[in-house]
Amino acid sequence: MRGLWKLTWIEIKVFMREPLGAFGTIVIPVLVFLVLGRVASRTLATPSTGASGFIRVGVPVLASLLIAVNSVLSLVTIISIYREGGILKRLRATPLRPQTILTAHVIVKLTLTAATLALMVLAGKRYYPVGVHVPFFSFTMALLISTWSILSIGFLIASIVPTARFAQPIGGLILYPMIGLSGLFVPVESLPPTLHALARALPLTYSVSLLQGIWNGDGWSAHVGDIAALVLVFVVCTALSAKIFRWE
Amino acid sequence: MRPVIQVSGVRKTYGSMVAVDEVSFDVGEGEIFGLIGPNGAGKTTTMECIEGLRTPDRGVISVLGLNPFHDVYKLQDRIGVQLQQAQLQKRIKVWEAVDLWASLYRKKRIDGERLLEQLGLVDKRNAWFMDLSGGQKQRLFIALGLINDPEVVFLDELTTGLDPQSRRAIWELVRGIREHGKTVFLTTHLMEEAERLCDRVAIIEHGGIIDIDKPENLVKRHCPERTVVLATDASDAMQRFRAIPGVQAVSNSDSQFTIRGRGDDLVTEVIHCLSENQIRVRDFRTVVPNLEDVFLKLTGHSIRD
Repeated sequence: MRGLWKLTWIEIKVFMREPLGAFGTIVIPVLVFLVLGRVASRTLATPSTGASGFIRVGVPVLASLLIAVNSVLSLVTIISIYREGGILKRLRATPLRPQTILTAHVIVKLTLTAATLALMVLAGKRYYPVGVHVPFFSFTMALLISTWSILSIGFLIASIVPTARFAQPIGGLILYPMIGLSGLFVPVESLPPTLHALARALPLTYSVSLLQGIWNGDGWSAHVGDIAALVLVFVVCTALSAKIFRWE
Repeated sequence: MRPVIQVSGVRKTYGSMVAVDEVSFDVGEGEIFGLIGPNGAGKTTTMECIEGLRTPDRGVISVLGLNPFHDVYKLQDRIGVQLQQAQLQKRIKVWEAVDLWASLYRKKRIDGERLLEQLGLVDKRNAWFMDLSGGQKQRLFIALGLINDPEVVFLDELTTGLDPQSRRAIWELVRGIREHGKTVFLTTHLMEEAERLCDRVAIIEHGGIIDIDKPENLVKRHCPERTVVLATDASDAMQRFRAIPGVQAVSNSDSQFTIRGRGDDLVTEVIHCLSENQIRVRDFRTVVPNLEDVFLKLTGHSIRD
């Protein structure tokens, strides 16, 4: 793993120099969180249980999920740009191991996810009506586990997108609908049978269940199944991308 | 000369396309060896097999006694590579790239700052990669290829897309690399580049090697023709020129004569004939074939086609 930390640090710096990269990835989820939070505080004045549940748990979880998905989309884009530009190939023509190159990118994205979450929590402390008694450390861990698992889907997408131009749209087309079915807006149990089965097969469903639970104060033991599902997704996607990943 | 690169019977296909077939050659220690041929001839594929970036379907390759496929990381530690059309992260700074590369190798003997100085990149050390000119990018890639003080340096189409001035500067750099005792393996489709830089060249076309030798030997072997073009008003010029030993053909348009023949003595014989017969000439030049002509002769087409 020689060169891992230097490469990781350079990738973070390079990413922060992107005019829109850092802004889009970090600022948008925080904005979604705050805007929905404003709406929430008005709605809370006339409380109905369904609405307040969504505001109390749904919005933070949605915003967190957006952080994760944005990280993954940015990974897909970066990997395909690096492949198209021959950057991956140039890095491979050194003693760097391929897994070191990919690990560096995973670390960059996890760091970014944690940083954005921290920003969201800070902003939330000031502007968001609820969520003061949330176990932030556990929640951060839950989000990192989710991101790590979805990143492996990102690598799989990066393996199949033909060109960098299509990376972002194809990634979005795969990942955003997953949020819709994840149980965040409509409980998975009340979906029609086909959609229900589909939702059960999607990794984000388990992320949402884990994140919602931890936000609500559940212990880790209540979500072993979710974590196992996320680990399974990671193992399967990593094995698949190891087979079909193209370096050039 | 101890061979540092040995390639024997290498074949590589992409699907049904045969990129190289039955390619064999040795590169000796301390020489500049050029693989020359048109685009798509198999130069890059051959080079990337030697660098360990591709696995040949068949054949044996040894570099510094290592197998590029099995010992790829050991090999990468000892060679320097410049790839065709490579890029770096758009917003990586020059010094960051050099610093990163320096950290990747086990042995560190080259001072990155000095290298930047030698390559004329010191005032660009804080510039982003995307803001460098073509020549500066190439010089940076040369710096990255030299950072580990490699024993063999691979340069793939080093000067393609550069203006003549940058090209000459880079040729100087490559000669400097050899003077430090390193072996250089390069590919080019520029015959002038091969002729000026390479100690030996291999001509490759359609994935196969046609001939290997010193440039001047290739010219001697394949293009022994010499041509003298001169202008004279002497009335008996034609018959005098035809009588010169070694002359194969003489043609003229008005007072300009083109004398074709074989062998290094042709020019001397022509001069001798001129002085003996006191033929006065207004113009005199010789046309000596070069690698470009060798290529044309061997492949039946120009390298640019």
